[in-house]
Amino acid sequence: MGPRPHAGGRPSSLWAVPAISFFALFALFPMAVVVYLSFTKWSGIGAPVWSGTANWAKLTTDPQLSQSVRLSVLLTVVSWLLQTAICLPLGVYLAGHGRARALLAAVFFVPLLMSSAAIAILWAGLLDPNFGLASVLGPLVGVKDGNFIGDPQLAFWVIVTVVAWQFVPFHVLLYQGATRQIPVQLYEAARIDGAGRLRQFTSITLPQLRHTIITSSVLMLVGSLTYFDIVLILTGGGPGTATRILPLHMYLEGFRAFDMGYASVLAVLLLVVGTALSLVVTRVTGFNRMESQKEGL
Amino acid sequence: MSTTITRPPASGHGPGSARRGRPGRLARGRFNLVGGLSATVWFVIVSVPLYFLVTTSLRTSSQYLLAGPLSIPKNLSFANYRLVADSNFGVYFWNTLLVTVGCVAIVLVLALPAAYAMVRSQSKFVRRSFSLVLAGLAIPAQATIIPVYLMITKLHLYDTLIAIILPTAAFAIPLAVLVLTSSLRDVPNELYEAMSIDGASPFRTFLTLAVPLSRGGITTVGIFTAMGAWNGFLFPLVLTQSSSRRVLTLGLWTFQSQFGVNVPAICAAVTLSLLPLLILYLVGRRQLLAGLTAGFGR
Repeated sequence: MGPRPHAGGRPSSLWAVPAISFFALFALFPMAVVVYLSFTKWSGIGAPVWSGTANWAKLTTDPQLSQSVRLSVLLTVVSWLLQTAICLPLGVYLAGHGRARALLAAVFFVPLLMSSAAIAILWAGLLDPNFGLASVLGPLVGVKDGNFIGDPQLAFWVIVTVVAWQFVPFHVLLYQGATRQIPVQLYEAARIDGAGRLRQFTSITLPQLRHTIITSSVLMLVGSLTYFDIVLILTGGGPGTATRILPLHMYLEGFRAFDMGYASVLAVLLLVVGTALSLVVTRVTGFNRMESQKEGL
Repeated sequence: MSTTITRPPASGHGPGSARRGRPGRLARGRFNLVGGLSATVWFVIVSVPLYFLVTTSLRTSSQYLLAGPLSIPKNLSFANYRLVADSNFGVYFWNTLLVTVGCVAIVLVLALPAAYAMVRSQSKFVRRSFSLVLAGLAIPAQATIIPVYLMITKLHLYDTLIAIILPTAAFAIPLAVLVLTSSLRDVPNELYEAMSIDGASPFRTFLTLAVPLSRGGITTVGIFTAMGAWNGFLFPLVLTQSSSRRVLTLGLWTFQSQFGVNVPAICAAVTLSLLPLLILYLVGRRQLLAGLTAGFGR
């Protein structure tokens, strides 16, 4: 088709159509459907029935909602702070060279290879209060019965720890890569000016990593929606509802209590929050200006 | 500057060509107490669970109950691995493999031509669709599982491997397009022009120029798509049911309830599921890690 001799060898827009339509069908279209479903009553079997704003009204009467929102926000913020505090110095350290660091790095990244399911199940074994590591460590840190998961207060911190164990390697990797990109001349100049190690870190390394700090932070914030797998397997939201974060609340309402309509309301909330956060990613990190970033390099 | 492996060696014969890998050596090469200490602490935090995983998998149940969780196992037992192998592990493994291969194939077949069009085409539609795909990075899969479940049941695909493959692949497309466009942009414009002067069709240019020169990007996309599919949990959880369609992540969860207090057997299952990726990691660590931070490493 088309004027072949003058096409200039450029592909027509048809080339992008299959990918766009496939993506639209399974990712964009569901966003519209979930909004529709939030106005229906549906148990997961049969057809959804229009029910007006009944599900949305349930938001005000759901006794679990405020706890789930609070837990989600808390888990997100605590994980973000903790993981950043661990990842930034570690990444900078591992950017240096030497055999010891290379060896450490090789081990550090192993959790990256594991699925959330594998990690949660491994930790369930470690935290077994009878025979796991928890039975040995517990008494040392003041948890006499070693039952970390069974305690409503501690269970939350267990989740924070396991999530950090899973996601720290990825962000260390980001910081390591970014630190290695910092031009060595900056450090040379600083040394000539008599700047010490700490001064070099605060005046060169940190500002140079600004971009990565933002990228990593937003990925952590957005990624906190995926902590769902860990929580489901490790605590199931318990004990009681002590770790029932919002994505898990949605899953349990939909696929355990079979109230797909109300679960869709919660999904819409997640969608709005998640999308808003991610739009910040593309804005702040310049993903949408990919071309200009690469030019001149 | 990008750290993705797609970047061909740039200009670097000048005097200041100590550019990659080496920078920062002066500042960080020396002994660094704070860094070294925190690295050691994290090393312990990472390696103790891994040590527990492997050694426990090699204990018999009774040894596990008697010896401490961190003791060095006396006589190694592979009985747990036999038990896992006899408990449908092969089926789960095979299903996971099919899902992974299916996802990678779909993503590459769809994303490569799209990325090619987005780099080379001047049409407005293509430019808009690029922004659309980028915005797609923002969509949390969690929030779409209910409608995806509805669609899959309407398509009569519920409890099939295809049900897992379709949405998993769809959600991998944005990042794939992002990585592939940036790798295709590194192909010098002169080469495209030379091809078109020779009268090559877009299709030929694509096959003989674009695809071979973006091998790095293709590898990267292959790696993170495969990892995502191999480790995926949510879509299999919601879209399948029977044990003959179960993938490894769900299989591990089944083992956890099936084996109950037999933690050594559970550890053996987790170790086995990790093994293929671990082997890949040992063979091509650099490439694997680069693939994982695809698009974000900058």
